[in-house]
Amino acid sequence: MVNGRRVSKAVKGTYLALIIAFLYLPILVMIALSFNKSVSRAEWTGFTLDWYAKLLVSDAILSALKVTLSVAVTAAVVSTVIGTLAAIGMHAMKQGWSDLMVTLSYLPMTTPDIVTGVSLMLMFVFMKVPLNGGTMLMAHIAFDTPYVVFSVMPRLKQMDPNMYEAALDLGCKPMEAIVKVIIPEIKPGIVTGALMAFTMSIDDFVISYFTSNTAQNLSMLVYSSARRGVEPTMYALSTLMFAVVLALLLVVNRRNSLEEM
Amino acid sequence: MKRSWLATPYAIWMLMFTLVPLVFVVYYAFTTKAGDVTIQNFAKVFTPGNLQVLVDSLRLALFCTVLCLVLGFPAAYFLSGKDFSHNQTLVVLILVPMWMNFLLRTYAMMTILENNGVLNTVLTAIGLPKVSLIGTEAAVLMGMVYNFLPFMVLPIYTVLKKLDRRVIEAAEDLGANPMQVFVKVVIPLSVPGVVSGITMVFMPAVTTFAISRLLGSGMIYLVGDMIEDYYITFTNRQVGSALSLVMLVLVMLSIGLLRRVDPKGEGGGMW
Repeated sequence: MVNGRRVSKAVKGTYLALIIAFLYLPILVMIALSFNKSVSRAEWTGFTLDWYAKLLVSDAILSALKVTLSVAVTAAVVSTVIGTLAAIGMHAMKQGWSDLMVTLSYLPMTTPDIVTGVSLMLMFVFMKVPLNGGTMLMAHIAFDTPYVVFSVMPRLKQMDPNMYEAALDLGCKPMEAIVKVIIPEIKPGIVTGALMAFTMSIDDFVISYFTSNTAQNLSMLVYSSARRGVEPTMYALSTLMFAVVLALLLVVNRRNSLEEM
Repeated sequence: MKRSWLATPYAIWMLMFTLVPLVFVVYYAFTTKAGDVTIQNFAKVFTPGNLQVLVDSLRLALFCTVLCLVLGFPAAYFLSGKDFSHNQTLVVLILVPMWMNFLLRTYAMMTILENNGVLNTVLTAIGLPKVSLIGTEAAVLMGMVYNFLPFMVLPIYTVLKKLDRRVIEAAEDLGANPMQVFVKVVIPLSVPGVVSGITMVFMPAVTTFAISRLLGSGMIYLVGDMIEDYYITFTNRQVGSALSLVMLVLVMLSIGLLRRVDPKGEGGGMW
C-alpha cells in the first residue's frame, strides 16, 4: 500500500512536470534565444547581449516603451483613486444598488476583449475623437478599475463597521473619517489593486490595438513585428516584458497569500 | 454628503466606457453608412463564406476546450490532492502564465513550431523528418491550448480544493475503488469548476485573432480575424459591428446556458 502510494505520487508528479514543461519550455527557449549570437533559431553560436543593446537604440521600441509605461502608470493611478472611492461608496450602498454596480463591474470581464476593443473604437470614431494614447488611456482605466474595486471590497467587508461610526461620534467630518480610519484599514487592498491595474495595463494588447492608431505600445509593436516574422530583438524585448510581469505577479501573489494567513 | 456618492465617478466612467460603447455596436450593426435603419448588415455576416469561418472558429474553439479539459482536469485534481496540497509553488507555476501576455506566449510558440524553428531542429538532430506545422489548424490549436490551459486548471482546482475530503474517505470506507471514487464522487462534485473553466477557455478561444494570424500564417482565418479585417482593413464598421454583435450574443448565450448548470456560481471566476 505504501509502495502503491509512492508510485501514484510519482505518476502524478510526472504528469504535473510535463504540464509545467509544456507551459514554460517555449518561454525558456525564447529567453535562451535572446542571448544567442546567431539570428537563426536552428543553432547556438555563442552568448551575446547584442539584441538587448539594440533595444536601447531603437526609436520604435523606446517610444513604445514610453507609451506603455506612461499609459500604465496613469491608468493605475486614476483607476486606483476611482476604484477605491467606488468600493467605499458601494460598501455603504443599499444591497440592490451595490449588486447593480458589481454587475456593471463584471461587464468588461465577461465581454470578449475584441468586442470591448471595437466598441470603444466605434464610440471614439463616432465622436470624432482621434485614436491615440489618450483614447488608449481611457480604455485602460475602464478595464483596470474593476480589478481595484474587487481588491478593495473584501478588505472593507472585513472591517469593523463601528470604527467609521466611532470616528464620526468623536467629531471627525465624514471625509476625515474616510482618510484617517477607512483608508489605513484597507490600504493592503488598495496597493494590491494598484499593482494589478498596472500589470493588466502593461500586458494588454487587444483593447489597445483597437483604441489607438498613432501611439503604439510594446504589445502592439511585438504583434506588428511578429506578422513580418520572428526576430531576435523581439526575443530580448519579450524576455524583459516577461521578467517585469512575472516579478509584479509574484509580488501581488505574495501579498495575497500573506493576507490570507 | 453620503458615502455612497463616492462611487459616482466610477459609475459614470463604467457607463461611458463599457456600456455606451456597446450601444454603439448595436447602432452600427442596424444602420447603413448613411444612417438608415437596416438588417442588411446581418445578411452580409451570414454569407456562405463567412458562415464557413464561423463554423471553423466554433469547431477549433470546441476542440481547444475539450483538449484543455482533458489535459487540465487531471492537473487540477493532482494539485488539489494530498500529495501536493502543501506545494504552493506548483500551483503558482501552473497559474501564473494566465496573467502573462498571450501575444508573447504565442510568439514563443511560433519560435518552436516554425519550419526552421526549434522543433524541426530537434527532429532533424535525432534523425526524424521535419514537420511543417505553421499555417495548419494543428498549430493554431496548439497555440490556443498553450494559451488557455491555465484558465481551465484554475477554476477546477479551486472547486476541488474546497471539496470536503471526508466525502472521498467515506466513499473509500464504503468500498469504492479509486476509479469509482473518481467517477462517482470527484467528477460530479467538480461540475461548477468545470463549467467555469469551459467558459473561461471557450470564450477567448472563439474570439481570438492574433493566435490564428501568427500561427496560422494567413492560412487559418477565424471570426476574430474577420472582425479585425472589417474594422481595420476594409473599414466596413457596419458589417463588423453586426458580426461583433452576433459574437457577443453567442458568448453571452453560452455563458447563460452554462450558468444554469452552476446556478450559484460556485466555480468562481478569476477570483
